[in-house]
Amino acid sequence: MPNRLSVIDVDRCVGCQSCMFACARRLGEGGLASACIGVRSAGGIRRGFVVVVCRACPDPPCARVCPTDALVLRPPGGVRLRAELCIGCGNCVQACPFGAVFWDARQHKPQICVYCGYCARYCPYDVLALEEVPDVAQ
Amino acid sequence: MLPSDPLRRVLVVDLARRRFTVEDRPDLFEAGLGGAGVAIRLLEEECPSGADPLGPENPVILAVGPLVGLFPLASKTVAMFKSPHTGNLGESHAGGRSAVAIRMAGYGAIVLRGASSTPVYVVVDGDDVYFRDASALWGMRSAYTVGRVIRERERGAGMRTIIRIGRAGERMVTYACVTTETYRHFGRLGLGAVFGSKKLKGLVVAGKRSLPVSNPRLYRETYDTVFRAAVDSPLMQKYHELGTAMNVLPLDAIGALPTRNLKSGRFEGAETISGESLAANYLGRRVACAHCPVACIHLAALRLPYPNDPYFYKTVMLGYDHEPIYAMGSMLGIASVPGMLQLIDEAEAVGLDVMSTGVVLAWATEALERGIISLQETDGLALTWGDWETYIEAVRRIVDPPNDFYRALGRGVEHAASLYGGANFALAFGGNEMAGYHTGPAAYLTYLTGARHSHLDSAGYSLDQRAASRGEMLTPEGVADALRAEEEWRQVLASLVVCFFARGVYTPEFVERALAVVGIERSADDLARLGADALRRKHAFKTREGFDPARLRIPDRILETPSPLGAVDREFLERAIAQFFRGE
Repeated sequence: MPNRLSVIDVDRCVGCQSCMFACARRLGEGGLASACIGVRSAGGIRRGFVVVVCRACPDPPCARVCPTDALVLRPPGGVRLRAELCIGCGNCVQACPFGAVFWDARQHKPQICVYCGYCARYCPYDVLALEEVPDVAQ
Repeated sequence: MLPSDPLRRVLVVDLARRRFTVEDRPDLFEAGLGGAGVAIRLLEEECPSGADPLGPENPVILAVGPLVGLFPLASKTVAMFKSPHTGNLGESHAGGRSAVAIRMAGYGAIVLRGASSTPVYVVVDGDDVYFRDASALWGMRSAYTVGRVIRERERGAGMRTIIRIGRAGERMVTYACVTTETYRHFGRLGLGAVFGSKKLKGLVVAGKRSLPVSNPRLYRETYDTVFRAAVDSPLMQKYHELGTAMNVLPLDAIGALPTRNLKSGRFEGAETISGESLAANYLGRRVACAHCPVACIHLAALRLPYPNDPYFYKTVMLGYDHEPIYAMGSMLGIASVPGMLQLIDEAEAVGLDVMSTGVVLAWATEALERGIISLQETDGLALTWGDWETYIEAVRRIVDPPNDFYRALGRGVEHAASLYGGANFALAFGGNEMAGYHTGPAAYLTYLTGARHSHLDSAGYSLDQRAASRGEMLTPEGVADALRAEEEWRQVLASLVVCFFARGVYTPEFVERALAVVGIERSADDLARLGADALRRKHAFKTREGFDPARLRIPDRILETPSPLGAVDREFLERAIAQFFRGE
């Protein structure tokens, strides 16, 4: 069954951003430029945190606004980027209501979660989990 | 250092001309690694001899290190400047998101030069620097509001640090702090006043970039080692569960919790203000610095009614740690948690270092008690142990002084006692107010000999407690040598900007491995030399600026109140000080 990343309990998030660093490390680099997950305060740290992940929508708005069909649907939900088709218009970033389409400022292309779950392995407080989603088409 | 690592870039911001440059300084980072090792070199370059700490010639240096953004717990920014509080070396460390943000913006260090003619806050967004008008923010009652305004006005949520001062910094109270991410501070030695003297209300740093590693597989393996150690080790567990507030009860039990200006080492209200009690009744949230899975920051949720408005409440979230609990709790005889938290809240709102503030208020209370000063000096405030409401009023007067007495309090307890008397119970060492440990001679020797006169310089309190629990006898020479070795090693950690709480994880062997990942070859011996060198440079700076260990003042009070190791002996301290600084 395909996977997707899920925020189990955002109130347990301490804002350490270990997940963001893990996402970049997955590609063998440090820093945060390649992170496809975002943690920020919910309007000041006293209010806790917002964890932005791709929800792997069954009918993803990001794909619908792509003029070149560079975002390919992944059944049962979510998308995969075909970088060779992308013209870097950024419509997808605007379309995602969660802000889960991140932007590669060097290549001028979206960077989107690949649902590998590497980040969840580094969440010390069980905020994140990789969950299986039934493929309704089957 | 890997060739494409941006660590070598030093951003120089000229506040007077509102211009900036970026200098390529691999030499600095080769020699000093980062953090304290680089900052002291920049301070040598930037700070003229005899500089006025509140003059435009005093620079502010912020430095991070090679492991930031790559490894967990490398999460501190080292600030260096000349301290308006002690008139000598100023060094203060803070976490929050500051270190990661500076590294992600593409710098190893930031130098703030000169003074602006009008209030500004500076935004560093990657390669761009903006000088924003802050005249409307200048004078705002609450530093919380200033943080909120900047947060809403600037971009980069989650990827930035918002460093700012309160009114205490604007008014140049010499122990004004600089706050970052609401709950972390460059707390000590008056960086806030230096910001204020530069008309610098805040500094926002934001960025997002990738950092190179020598070998991705080795990087992931090394990362996992430190990450697991941080998450699983009992050492880190202690900071994670109760936070540093877990020290309150054990210190009280052995008579080492400074109480009522250290008239006692035990506090009858210790149970009430302990980490256990705060966790059970007030803990509302735990948060972490960027890239630290430990999450030692404990926030109390305090629900307050409006006295004249039924069914109106506000809930404030306040950070607590051992030091604020000591300084605004036991030291002032305050056993009311809501009272203590509201006093902390006031200090936060004006941007004062809570530790120095507590010690200053404790001295003033005892001075009033003894009749050295009268209600005329205190502007009618009957400062009394435990009376937190009056202490809140006193904090406001320190920031907006109605008379010379409060102006004196605004320069610290050393200065106030020099004018009004009562030096024998003025608890400052090297000009800096003491921390919350009356454990024995080693704690005081840290306050006295530490380059920053901070308890964290060499953690003598831990040496005392170990000796007490094992029944060991301390010798002046033994303590001096142990503290010197510890302070030298901590220069390495402060150059890597690894949190001191993670010192058990970042052993010399592990540091060597982690540095290899970023293309820096340093043996354990190299590191030891680097630490000794950084400390020597700090001492040289201090000597240049007039520090003389022979003139260190030892207040009688610390000798009178018995410590867990018995009465602290003046001669012991003097012999150890001589041993510590021998050959310098």
